Amino acid sequence: MIDALNHLPRPRAGSDQLAERFTDLAPPLTARQAAVESARCLYCYDAPCVNACPSEIDIPSFIHRISDENLQGAAERILSANILGGSCARVCPTEILCQQACVRNNAQECAPVLIGQLQRYALDNADFSEHPFKRSPATGKRIAVVGAGPAGLSCAHRLAMHGHDVVVFEASDKAGGLNEYGIARYKLVDDYAQREVEFLLGIGGIEVRHGQRLGANLSLGELRDQFDAVFLGLGLNAVRQLGLADEEAPGLLAATAYIRELRQVDDLAQLPLADRCLVIGAGNTAIDMAVQMSRLGARDVNLVYRRGHADMGATGHEQDIAKANQVRLHTWARPDAVLLDDNGRVRGMRFMRTELADGRLRDTGETYELAADAIFKAIGQRFDDASLTDPVAAQLARDGERIRVDDNMRTSLAGVYAGGDCTALGQDLTVQAVQHGKLAAEAIHAQLMLNVEAA
Amino acid sequence: MADLSIEFAGIKAPNPFWLASAPPTDKAYNVVRAFEAGWGGVVWKTLGEDPAAVNVSSRYSAHYGPNRQVQGINNIELITDRSLEINLREITQVKKDWPDRALIVSLMVPCVEESWKFILPLVEATGADGIELNFGCPHGMPERGMGAAVGQVPEYVEMVTRWCKMHCSLPVIVKLTPNITDIRQSARAAHRGGADAVSLINTINSITSVDLDRMVAHPIVGDQSTHGGYCGSAVKPIALNMVAEIARDPETRGLPICGIGGISNWRDAAEFIALGSGAVQVCTAAMLHGFRIVEDMKDGLARWMDQHGHRNLEAFRGQAVGHTTDWKYLDINYKSVAQIDQDACIGCGRCHIACEDTSHQAIASTLKADGTHAYSVIEDECVGCNLCQITCPVENCIEMVAQDTGKPYLNWTQDPRNPYREAS
Repeated sequence: MIDALNHLPRPRAGSDQLAERFTDLAPPLTARQAAVESARCLYCYDAPCVNACPSEIDIPSFIHRISDENLQGAAERILSANILGGSCARVCPTEILCQQACVRNNAQECAPVLIGQLQRYALDNADFSEHPFKRSPATGKRIAVVGAGPAGLSCAHRLAMHGHDVVVFEASDKAGGLNEYGIARYKLVDDYAQREVEFLLGIGGIEVRHGQRLGANLSLGELRDQFDAVFLGLGLNAVRQLGLADEEAPGLLAATAYIRELRQVDDLAQLPLADRCLVIGAGNTAIDMAVQMSRLGARDVNLVYRRGHADMGATGHEQDIAKANQVRLHTWARPDAVLLDDNGRVRGMRFMRTELADGRLRDTGETYELAADAIFKAIGQRFDDASLTDPVAAQLARDGERIRVDDNMRTSLAGVYAGGDCTALGQDLTVQAVQHGKLAAEAIHAQLMLNVEAA
Repeated sequence: MADLSIEFAGIKAPNPFWLASAPPTDKAYNVVRAFEAGWGGVVWKTLGEDPAAVNVSSRYSAHYGPNRQVQGINNIELITDRSLEINLREITQVKKDWPDRALIVSLMVPCVEESWKFILPLVEATGADGIELNFGCPHGMPERGMGAAVGQVPEYVEMVTRWCKMHCSLPVIVKLTPNITDIRQSARAAHRGGADAVSLINTINSITSVDLDRMVAHPIVGDQSTHGGYCGSAVKPIALNMVAEIARDPETRGLPICGIGGISNWRDAAEFIALGSGAVQVCTAAMLHGFRIVEDMKDGLARWMDQHGHRNLEAFRGQAVGHTTDWKYLDINYKSVAQIDQDACIGCGRCHIACEDTSHQAIASTLKADGTHAYSVIEDECVGCNLCQITCPVENCIEMVAQDTGKPYLNWTQDPRNPYREAS
């Protein structure tokens, strides 16, 4: 259990009651709902929704196939562009992607086709007793993929499909990355992340080795020597710090650490409950943290952000979820000091009010305090530099802290590719990572086969 | 409010909305409910000779649009399966109870004079306002030499009509089958036989769908099927054309027409009336929604008439007939061009791909900075076909704008490009 919160009580509600509060936030469509919704799609040409989808799913086509009662065809259309289409259907912020772009989301109608829900419907109801994709004849090439998150898994699958053999090196006990460890429990319920990984691995030719951490028991130099190409899908594994004294005090920890625990625990009643809870940050992780604590039974959940609502990383939809779960959103205040009780545990936080002056954020000088049993930091993830310490890895060109890649996901080192959150390209989204992995796999495949033909 | 009352072929009714001869008018119970709901008249479901017809189980099937929206219904039901005596008794009572409503009796008996001579006086004795000759039923009855088997032979139509006029004093409405090549031949035959009016269309031969698991068409009877008669909004365009054909045929000009075929709302009815119908008959819409829809039909029609200053139906009846002509008289010099309202456009690209793939490559797609596309008409390439307007999901977004070509009216009979043009 989470040591920093061991002194806290457990939820008042029973296990079953808690489990019910963490079922699907958006329940799946029924067959009838899917029929009605799919018929609303206008089957656009050069469809804006496809343009808005980082993984370029042919949305009009798959929805048309649902409408035509061809679920299998719909599912395969989705998966051919995005092998993690099932989790993307659940976790994508569709309100700022495909559904925002939907032509039915115009000012007259304001009612986009529920693309994410339809995607889920197709994938939930198609039959995958046999893996839908076949591998090309073996090429004899071996590729190392570091990180079994969405980017790495997507890359591995596409490479396997092209006939290559893939070894995936993963630090954690389970594959799936943020789908397994980082998404709010009510967005990706049950063991969906694992079932999806199993499905993906069903193509064959992919070996996943756990307990393998780059920079610890794995080095890029060795991987480069042993494999024909390397893909880095490392993610962002370090937590941003508040930069305050007593940041390590019991009662203060990263939201991601708590969410990771929350997603893994079988019995939610075993989790520590912060009855008075503070979440610092305003991204989707902050919202996930606040809402989940509220659902565990916390009576007083406050989310504090140094800027205004419009600046929040969380979408309007996410903010609405927070409000619907009795989360109070405080804006224009930044953490100023961690307040401890006599036992050295967190008892609250002092905030400095902020304001904009000439476009710059500054302190107003006015402070206030909020009592809290626990404080969760959700001010963003950082790249974990420890992973790139071996001599070869140290040569990788970086954009800021992240790995620099070109449009073909090539790093500055020949034969080394990267994708997902550890690169600076695109948005930090699951669907973006899947696309990166796919593009990298295509680039690796093209490069390796070019060499074959030349030989 | 506008006056919706009519006098059609000598038959008076408080409004032009009649229920067609079909299951909804099979017996007194239904007909009374229809009159209570406000229908102006009914055509009682077709009577025949005893013994009454026998129907099978499983009788309808449908052609669906998106969301199970019924576009058309196909039926294999025969004429009344109740005895002549019961029907006549009920008709007598209903007419007595509802004297202001039109009550027409649909008839179908074998194509021999004796049969008609027998049944006509019995019908007349009920006090009914008129008879309608069912020459259109396309399933079951033709195999017995009745229904469409008569309607498809103009000589028979004329002959039977003449018998009816001879043995009955009631107005005779001849119901025409659309399962022919030229509806005017049937109408002319009815006219020659002395018909007081024609009503059309009856149902169209149809199979709506096939069960691909059982490999049998719908509706399924045991493990078999048969073709039926198609009706509902899907047949409206076919019916409108046939009505117009008769309305503008010099040989039948002035012959009252009762329009039938997919009339689902007041607008449909107004269109049939504009093409010359003096009354309309409805069936499928009532079968889908119940008799109450007549209230909306009457209300909508009356309000539209009020808005346009039409005090009664005669004020606009047939007004679209004169504008319906043969292709050869259309103005070759008329030109319209599509115009897209960019503010209304939602960027679906349907107009573009329709024109690009299947028409005249007259709608350009331009990639915008945000990755979406803008669509604009290439006027020089546009032939004014209307396809883009048809594919556009936004009402009034694409307008077909008439162009001032400066050229005078010129039709094909006058066009110099026509090698067979009429001498000027």
